[in-house]
Amino acid sequence: MSSTTHTTTAHVHRDDVGSRMGMWLFLFTELLLFGGMFLLYSVYRFQYADAFHLAAKELNTIMGAFNTAVLLTSSLTMALAIVAIQRDQKDLSILLQMITIFLALFFLVNKYFEWTAKFHHGIYPGSEELLLKSSGEILFFGLYYVMTGLHGIHVIVGMFLIAVMTRMTRKGIITKDSYVRLENAGLYWHLVDIIWIFLFPLFYLIT
Amino acid sequence: MQIHDKPHEHSHSYGAYILVWLALMALTAITVAVAGMDIGRFTVATALIIASFKAYLVLSVFMHLRSETKTFVVFVIVALLFLGISFVLLFSDYSFQ
Repeated sequence: MSSTTHTTTAHVHRDDVGSRMGMWLFLFTELLLFGGMFLLYSVYRFQYADAFHLAAKELNTIMGAFNTAVLLTSSLTMALAIVAIQRDQKDLSILLQMITIFLALFFLVNKYFEWTAKFHHGIYPGSEELLLKSSGEILFFGLYYVMTGLHGIHVIVGMFLIAVMTRMTRKGIITKDSYVRLENAGLYWHLVDIIWIFLFPLFYLIT
Repeated sequence: MQIHDKPHEHSHSYGAYILVWLALMALTAITVAVAGMDIGRFTVATALIIASFKAYLVLSVFMHLRSETKTFVVFVIVALLFLGISFVLLFSDYSFQ
């Protein structure tokens, strides 16, 4: 900050590294939020291994794998949106951000169909059919709805966050020289992706 | 040397990200394929190892930890370490009940 020999004043009162560090600190609280649930999952998985295997058969692996691919691709487009703004390709960055939002929406629509299919089979928290099952299976579906539900909320938040970034990019607030906000939104989005990377095998692939 | 508070340097190229994305997609396919095989107790371990590797790729490339200063990396390692400690403590308590 002290060596302001260059004429531009745009960099004064700005600390991109500190901004990203702040975002990472926030992400650590998210890690603990989901970490607690993964802890819960692991103990019950250990205790009711057979019931978890049985219950996981109800989940659609193809749908889960497809949604994983959708979310991974959305992470790619988000990362590319940052490269685009670094290269001063504003329109391309906006397009990539919009594709990211679209893919997030697509993920949620798939999730909606997945959940409603479960509901039609009578499997939802507190349903008669679910309560007839063994306690291990009830726990599996309880964890399934809570963990994928909380993840889904994060996807919705991420969508709004990226939408705000798209608006800022359009208005010229996020530019080639100042894009730390977009980077931070990206960090959040990639965290949501990482959580799904673990949720997918733990719920869909244990049959 | 002039201190310039500009955004940190990345490779600014699309290629690396697309390669990592391809790797992530391939790993997803592998983890689904492996889950279909009957390898008994190793199923969970294999799935978690693949998932961890995918998370590593996302952290280092998509989340730019590769090009951040060491401080960021240390922060992330410490955070993960504490999560790991929680797991160890929980299971050491749970196993002796």
